[in-house]
Formats: sequence, structure tokens, C-alpha cells
Amino acid sequence: MDTRPDRSVSLETLPRKQHATVAAIEWARLAGPEARRLRELGFDEGVDVEVLHRATLGQGPIACRIGRMTVALRRAVAGAIQVSPMPAAAE
Amino acid sequence: MNAAPLVALVGNPNAGKSALFNALTGARQKVGNYPGVTVERKVGRLMLDDGRPIELVDLPGAYSLEPSSPDERVTRDVVTGTQDGERLPDALVVVVDAANLDNHLRFTLQLIALGLPVVVALNMVDLAERDGLKLDPKVLERELGVPVIPTVAVRKRGLDELKAALSSIVVNGPMRLRKSDGSVQDDIVTLQRRARTIATAATVSETTVRRWTHMLDAVALHPVAGPILLLAIMFLMFQAVFSWAQPFMDAIDAGFTALQAFLTAELPDSLLRSLLVDGVIAGVGAVIVFLPQILILFLFILVLEASGYMVRAAFLMDRVMASVGLSGRAFIPLLSSFACAIPGIMATRTIDDEKDRLTTILIAPLMTCSARLPVYTLIIGAFIPNTQVLPFVGLQGLVMLGLYVMGIVGAFVAALVLRRTVTKGVSSGFMMEMPKYQWPQWRDVGIGLWSRAQIFLKRAGGIILVSTIILWVLLSFPKPPEQPVGAPKISAVDYSVAGRIANGIAPVFAPIGFNRDIVLALIPAMAAREVAVAAIGTVYAIDDPDSNQGGKAMVENLRGRWSLPTALAFLMWFVFAPQCISTIAVTRRETNGWKWPAFMVGYLFAAAYIMAGITYWLAVFAGL
Repeated sequence: MDTRPDRSVSLETLPRKQHATVAAIEWARLAGPEARRLRELGFDEGVDVEVLHRATLGQGPIACRIGRMTVALRRAVAGAIQVSPMPAAAE
Repeated sequence: MNAAPLVALVGNPNAGKSALFNALTGARQKVGNYPGVTVERKVGRLMLDDGRPIELVDLPGAYSLEPSSPDERVTRDVVTGTQDGERLPDALVVVVDAANLDNHLRFTLQLIALGLPVVVALNMVDLAERDGLKLDPKVLERELGVPVIPTVAVRKRGLDELKAALSSIVVNGPMRLRKSDGSVQDDIVTLQRRARTIATAATVSETTVRRWTHMLDAVALHPVAGPILLLAIMFLMFQAVFSWAQPFMDAIDAGFTALQAFLTAELPDSLLRSLLVDGVIAGVGAVIVFLPQILILFLFILVLEASGYMVRAAFLMDRVMASVGLSGRAFIPLLSSFACAIPGIMATRTIDDEKDRLTTILIAPLMTCSARLPVYTLIIGAFIPNTQVLPFVGLQGLVMLGLYVMGIVGAFVAALVLRRTVTKGVSSGFMMEMPKYQWPQWRDVGIGLWSRAQIFLKRAGGIILVSTIILWVLLSFPKPPEQPVGAPKISAVDYSVAGRIANGIAPVFAPIGFNRDIVLALIPAMAAREVAVAAIGTVYAIDDPDSNQGGKAMVENLRGRWSLPTALAFLMWFVFAPQCISTIAVTRRETNGWKWPAFMVGYLFAAAYIMAGITYWLAVFAGL
């Protein structure tokens, strides 16, 4: 059932400023419109991401860079996005 | 029907579409609505080099042809020729942000696939270069198969080239869509990958420059500094509304008072003079005085939006909004509702979740809009002593703040209850693109302010003028018979039609401490809250025609006729009561029917009655 590649963490727990690539997105965990908007904002396997900011008060949303865009999303959604941290700038 | 070819401006949100629209059409634009929806239809005219006029329509920003909000639906319907009240465009100008190609090109590919003539405006190339991104428009042109023109809308760069490209693709004759448009829209992922490939091919060089957006965000989104900054901006905004506006308001007030004095002196004592001085000028003047405050509030909101900060505020507020079942997105319409609930309710169109949007619409009227200011200012000025509670904190200001807080608390409680009952559903998400910070274009802000001022003045000249005149007529007739000298004088107001109606309804409001004058003011104030002030002015002007009904005399009258508990109950009533025909009408349009506006009016009136009653009796028992 778990198809996550090795060494992947969720975007929710990715340390700030750590470059990563999207390894897998668990679409089944997302509501229909949410999944579509996520695709429209450019989330896709192999795309470069980075967590830029986490809002105050523990459970607030996070802001991340995807491609050249900054996108805000809730932690629950970020938790469905598996990413592989990059040691250096490589893909 | 207009024979000029129709060109639609389409693109992702934040591509700089509106700036391009303003740059291309200048002041020659009209704002209207699409039938059945309140999505704004912005049209302007421009002249091509060959002398042909073009009608340019600015469509709402969208991410794809699969709409998730009413705004995006209009965009899809216009470009596919299925929108009511709009013909199929003869060509499209697709606006893309040069710094965000991989994302914006996906929508571009969908639009090109429709088969209409397309020219791509590669916008904001200057910002992209500053970010270390160098692009080759020729490669883009080859890959997309349509003309690509680099533009900088705010500096008016590339506009001539764009117009030249338009004149070569706009042909006279009917347009037809390509048949296969259905299959293309389906697969976002495939399109996205193709878009990324094209973007990579068109990128000549890319160096990572530390963007100043990131530096600003380091403060604006900082866990501690961010909320403090937001609070400071909110404080500055309300401070400005109250203090910056004062000199302008004094000047307008002085103007109207002078006009009243002039007419009273020049015209013979007649019905016409009474209508002009007591009805029209007293009524309309009492409202126009608030134009400076409303414009300052809108100035802040337009600048916060244009600069890109508004989305950051939504980000910071998401956690708080989530606690009552809303999302950070609802913060933007709710903040606008402090100026006026109408643009606030219209701004909910960007909320994709239906239940979330409905809840936001239902609570928007609880935000203290600028129309309540005249009422609050008058009553507070008359009844709350101007004493200092703490250094720099006056009691009057504190009461005003309390009324604002009351509205916000009321809205949060209402949202919490609504989300558990009538608008129950899974909690909606929060997902938003955060645009780059931009220096607001003063010209665009100016155009926005001008259209708000026009709407307000039209209201003052329309609804408010008409309801003031009707009230004056109902208050002036029939005239009480002359009484013999020495007999008790019959009140002109009690004898009039309006007075009789109010006396009939008054028992309903007696339990919450409202007197006949208040009931009289509440009826015409259904049209708009600020009419209450004008109405009270008119009532006392007719009741006591010898006194001059300038601001000071009105305050004296209020003090003599109202008790403090009554005044406080009146203030509380206005925190909740849905006294605004336009808000009810816009709610009907936005929710497609009478069900929700009827519900909104019902629950708000019930809340107003209960809260005003509680306030009245608490004040009475406290011995105020």
C-alpha cells in the first residue's frame, strides 16, 4: 500500500529552506477540487519545492515555493505531498 | 449591436491583466455586469494602427478552462462563446507573467487549442529580468505557433507591437471554435508537462537572484513579526479613516451648512424651501460628509490588494478563520466589508468552496461598514462624554472600538453557528498563489477610487435622495390644524402620515427602549443605514422648524429626547440590523434566489432585536 520512494518525507515536515523534489502525491487523501487546484498550481512529480514560511500558532498554513511560484497551503494538504530532499542542486 | 471586433484579455490571476487593460484603454472603459451574475464586465475601446476600433473586454483571471468559482466560469463561457450577453471574441490576448511561464503557459496552451486567433503578451519582462530570468520570445513563438509580444504594462512598453500584432490577426468575419476543444482541457498534467518543456526551451539563462519579495516575506510572514505588522497596518488604516478624513469632512459640512443658510435667507418661507433645506440638503448633506472616510478606507484596501499584501494577510489569518470553519480567503472580503458589504460580498466570488462562500456572504454585513459611521458618530457624540479613560484613550473612541469589536465577535459567533447548522459541510481548504509584491500603480488605484466615489455619490443622489424626499413628504402632510392661542400645540410629526405609521409600529419596539423618532428613522433607513441620520435630522427639522438643524442643534435635540439606555440600544441595533437594500439585493444576485437573503435578513433582525433589548435593560438596571 505504501508506495513512497525511500528517503522521502512529507512536505509538511520538510525543514525550511531545504530544497526538494516532489516524489509522490497521495491524490486519494485530497478532496476533488483540492486535488485539481493543486495540479493547476503546478504540483507534479519531479517538480522543485521548498518550504519558505510556516504561519504562527502551530497548525497554521505553510508557504512554499513551487517552480517560480509561491503557494500557500494547509498542513493537511502538505502532508499528502511526499518529497525527496536534495543534497545538492541536482535532479 | 456593436460592429467593432471583440478582443478578450485572458490569463492567470496575477499576470498583470488589469494593468495591461488600463494601459491599452486608458480612461475609455465601462464597468458593468454579466446578466445573472455580479461578475464585473470591464470593456474598453482602443484604436488599431489601421484605424479599426476594437472592443476590449477584461476577463476574470483563471487557472484553467475548468472553472472552480463563478469568476472563472464567466471566463470559460466567454472564450467558448456560451456566455449570456457576450458574443464569441474575434481574438484573444493571452497575458502571461514572464517570471512564471511554466504555470501560465498551461492555460495558454488550453486557450490556443480553442482555435481563436491568439496573441500572447509576455508581460512583466522587466521584473523577470530583475529576477535573473532571460527569455527568448522567438522560441516561445515557434513552440506555441502564435505571436508573442514582450510587454511591461505598467511602463506602457510593447503596447504598439501588441496592437500591430492584433491588427494582423483580427480578421473581419464570424469566428468559429475548433471542434475538438473538449478533449484538450481534460489532462492538466500532460499540459503542465508540455508547458514546462516549452518554458525551459524559452529560457536563455536563469540565475538565482535573491528576490526582494522573499526579503519582504521574511518579515510579513514571520511567525512573530508578521501578525504584529498586520495589526499595525489595520491600526493605521482605521486611524487614518478617523483622523485624516476630519478636515475634509469639516469642509464639506461647512459647505452644506452655508448652502442651507443661503437658501433659507434667499427663498421665501414656503413648502419648496422646506423641501430643499430640511429634506434634500439636510438628508443628502448628512451622507456626503462621509465620502472622505469611505475613500480613505477604499484607498487602503485597493493599495493592500495591488501591492500583494492582502494574500499575506489571508495567510496569517487562516488559522483564526479556520477556528470558525472558514478559510483565510474569507479575510479579504470581510476586510473589504469594513468599507462596504457590497464589494465585500462580490469579493467572495474568489472563494471556490460553495459553503464557505455562503457563510462569508451571510456574515459580511456584520462587519462595521462605513455607512454605520454617520450613525455611530452622531449618537456617540451626543451621549458619550468626551472624557479620557487612559492617556490617549478617550471614552468616545473606546465605545466606537467596542462597536467594531461587537460586529467582529458577532460575525465569528454567527459563522460558528452557521457552519454547524445551515452551511454544514467539510471544512474547506486554503490554497492560494502568493503573488510577487508590487509597487501599486497610482493610476490603477486612482481609477478604482474614482469608480467607488461614483457608486457612492450615485447612491447619495439616488436611493438616499429619494428616500429623504419621500420621508419629508410623509412627515409634512397632512398639516396639523391651527390651534387657538393658548391651546396645547399638536405635534406636526404626530399628525403626519409617517408619524401615524410610526406610532402604529412603535409598540413592537417599545420593549427594547425605542421611541417613536427612532421607529420613524428606522423605516427609511431600510434603504441605507446612513439615511437614519438624515431621517432624524428631517424629523426634528419638521417638528421644530424654528431651530436651525445643523449638527449642534441635532445633538441638543437628541439629548433632550432620548435616554442613555435608548441611545445605547440604538447603537447595538445598528451593529446587527441588515438595514441596506443594496446588500440584500447583491446577496440575492450572488446566491441566485431569495432563500439566502431572506434568511440573512431574518437572522440579523432577530439578533439586532435581542441584542438591543439586552443592552437597553442592562443599561436601565445599571441605572444609566
